[in-house]
Amino acid sequence: MSPLDATRTPASGAGHAVTDHDHGGHHASPTPIGFWIYLMSDCIIFGALFATYAVLGYGYAGGPGPKDLFEPGFVAVETALLLFSSITFGLAMLQADKGKRDGTLMWLAVTGVLGLGFIAMEVYEFRHLVHIGAGPDRSAFLSAFFALVGTHGLHVTAGTIWLVTLMVQIGMHGLIGANMRRLGTLSMFWHFLDLIWIGVFSFVYLVRLV
Amino acid sequence: MSTNMTQPSETLSPIFGRLSLDWIPYHEPILIGTFAGVALGGLLVLGLMTYFRLWVPLWKNWITTVDHKKIGIMYMVLGFIMMVRGFADALMMRAQQAMAAGGAEGYLPPHHFDQVFTAHGVIMIFFVAMAFVTGIMNYVMPLQIGARDVAFPFLNNFSFWMTVAGALLVNISLFIGEFARVGWLAFPPLSGSAFSHGPGVDYYLWALQIAGVGTTLSGINLIATILKMRAPGMKMMDMPIFAWTSLITNVLIVISFPVLTATLALLTLDRYLGFHFFTNDFGGNAMMYINLIWIWGHPEVYILIIPCFGVFSEIVSTFSGKPIFGYKTMVWATACIMVLSFVVWLHHFFTMGSGANVNTFFGITTMIIAVPTGVKIFNWLFTMYKGRVRLEVPMLWTIGFLITFTIGGMTGVLLAVPPVDFQLHNTLFLIAHFHNVIIGGVVFAVYAAVTYWWPKAFGFKLSEKWGRRSFWFWFVGFYFAFMPLYALGLMGATRRVNMYPDAGWQPYFIVAAFGAFLILLGIVCTFINFYVSIMNRKALACGNDPWDGRTLEWATQSPPAPYNFPQEIHVRGREEFWRMKQEGFAWSKDYAPIHMPKGTATGALLAAGALVFGFAMVWYIWWLAIASFLGMLIIGIGHTFNYNRDYYIPVDEVAETEAKGALA
Repeated sequence: MSPLDATRTPASGAGHAVTDHDHGGHHASPTPIGFWIYLMSDCIIFGALFATYAVLGYGYAGGPGPKDLFEPGFVAVETALLLFSSITFGLAMLQADKGKRDGTLMWLAVTGVLGLGFIAMEVYEFRHLVHIGAGPDRSAFLSAFFALVGTHGLHVTAGTIWLVTLMVQIGMHGLIGANMRRLGTLSMFWHFLDLIWIGVFSFVYLVRLV
Repeated sequence: MSTNMTQPSETLSPIFGRLSLDWIPYHEPILIGTFAGVALGGLLVLGLMTYFRLWVPLWKNWITTVDHKKIGIMYMVLGFIMMVRGFADALMMRAQQAMAAGGAEGYLPPHHFDQVFTAHGVIMIFFVAMAFVTGIMNYVMPLQIGARDVAFPFLNNFSFWMTVAGALLVNISLFIGEFARVGWLAFPPLSGSAFSHGPGVDYYLWALQIAGVGTTLSGINLIATILKMRAPGMKMMDMPIFAWTSLITNVLIVISFPVLTATLALLTLDRYLGFHFFTNDFGGNAMMYINLIWIWGHPEVYILIIPCFGVFSEIVSTFSGKPIFGYKTMVWATACIMVLSFVVWLHHFFTMGSGANVNTFFGITTMIIAVPTGVKIFNWLFTMYKGRVRLEVPMLWTIGFLITFTIGGMTGVLLAVPPVDFQLHNTLFLIAHFHNVIIGGVVFAVYAAVTYWWPKAFGFKLSEKWGRRSFWFWFVGFYFAFMPLYALGLMGATRRVNMYPDAGWQPYFIVAAFGAFLILLGIVCTFINFYVSIMNRKALACGNDPWDGRTLEWATQSPPAPYNFPQEIHVRGREEFWRMKQEGFAWSKDYAPIHMPKGTATGALLAAGALVFGFAMVWYIWWLAIASFLGMLIIGIGHTFNYNRDYYIPVDEVAETEAKGALA
């Protein structure tokens, strides 16, 4: 799933066990820094969507506003699911660092279930809004809301697909260097989405409800 | 005006979406002629490739390659091909405007003319200028920092093919359906579904979105390369200026292209799902789009010019036989431009009515950019001062640039004054200004760079005679083509009009058309140059260091081996190769196996999937969109199951490669 996976760093354990004559000595894997840069570019996509919400978020066009639509309790549960999934991902990383494959897979599975729960709640919320006539075509406010929250939801969906893929790969090859690197980047991605959600929760829901 | 240009009726077929035979423009002779030419040319190429059995080498050595040098060359080929397309559009516009004065209608109806100017802008920026600068950075930068390849070689291949997929989608629109008629930035509400219902804007959106993925990922890749892959000992402040400008350009790409992605996605949602971001009703705000697109668009022009500043820095230094004057000020000036480029976007729409205070802020920030740019101009001049200047072809382009770009920069400062801009907004004065800096800056730099690094890439020089001819046609042609546009702009001629009532303007347009014809001769000379030089490659063969270069790319063979350098170079400071030459450098014979990435077809396959997906989305062929998306997902995930992505070049092979032509 990760297009940023370096082909250059030797996939130790898979295939050959040649000592790295040439590169590894001087250059650490560029994958972490590359992935960080990717995350920052993604952050700017969200920045543009947040800005759009800030500018257009009051264009109700005579339609419903935040107080008519948002349920604090519902959003709180969504938020809790996602925040707990970050904790469980952290626990998976701790297991991986200790070299415990089964423990890693177990906590990754828990993370995936929490992520799926979050996605299911969001899909339910979107369906409900469309059903009561508050779909994205109702007003600029709702367009901006659906675009921002939906983009985050698509990222969580992509992250979940990646998570399942990586679980299969860890099951196949164990916690080899290449898989550890992938685990590290997915972990960054997952926490990053959490961070974005905290922005969504505060800025899209919380501020507009008080 | 467009009487017979009514849109085909919109019925959605479950298999073909809204695509029907009515969308094939067989009633337009210009397009049929073009199609016939492209089809015959294409068949000829296919036939010749089959005859010479080139398909397998093409697949193995080029399409699936992850070698940054070959990818760089492919970007340049893409750039030149698309330049022919974009320049054909330019000639059509010049011919139309030379004819359509005082009531005459010319030969292009508005429906067609509007597609031509949109396609010209989109192609020239996204698929010519971007392809060129990305190609040059891809080829040269890793060599300059003593690296084996970029940080993520597979990603590099994928980025390139995504750019190609975007370019193909634009060209498909020529023969199937139509292209956008909305200008190169597709401002709403005109580009919204209420006013542009056909597939033109959708071609625009998907082509740029697909190519944009490639550009962003390439930006990430090249930043990581500079940060992580430099030869041991090379500090940031030891890098050649071109590597610095590459870094800063790619930082700009990674910061600004996501904004383009988001903005185009929002317009797509407006058009496809009835969202209301930029519509006139339901709370939408078209000015939000104009702001967002220029938050990308202004940095974009610096993305194009900054690597060109790097190119000229290398060339001035080499051909003056001196280190660049004011290395540190050059780096800091570039960094200043990087920061300032994000706080000037509003100067593209002073007329929006943001008020005097806002306009003043953006007017002043815009003028401030002239300061670091001026620093650079003086650095280049002082590099030449008391240098032993060799007036070879790359240096001609450089001097042409210094003169032309300075004029263009000064008209830019003029436009930065809001009251002046109110008069000149959307006039041909603006068109003259940005062609002045893009042709005088980017195009001249690309020509200089191609001439300068061609011997590195292929082992022989380009013909000097044809290079000079190309330069003089371009240089003189530019002034004939664009100086009249400054005058027309001051007289009030607006951009994007296919006819004008004032017959007094016609002589200016005729002079401009003559200038475009001279530029055509410049382009023809370029291709003759390639042909003549390739034919005479034995006579033009040169060593590894034909220009007496100062930076590391000249230390290796021409063309360089796949691994670039047989050994790692331990860098001790700036201009390491110059120092090595003084010390009588030679590679040692003590080789080690070299770790290399394997080629892969995944990048090309993913991009092919993206092309099909884009086409399906343009025509509402939903089943195909879903199928191609799933296909890309499967190919992408499948690729991650391949852990066997690298190999070692054994010592014998390295020794053999080096023996055939190592540095004397």
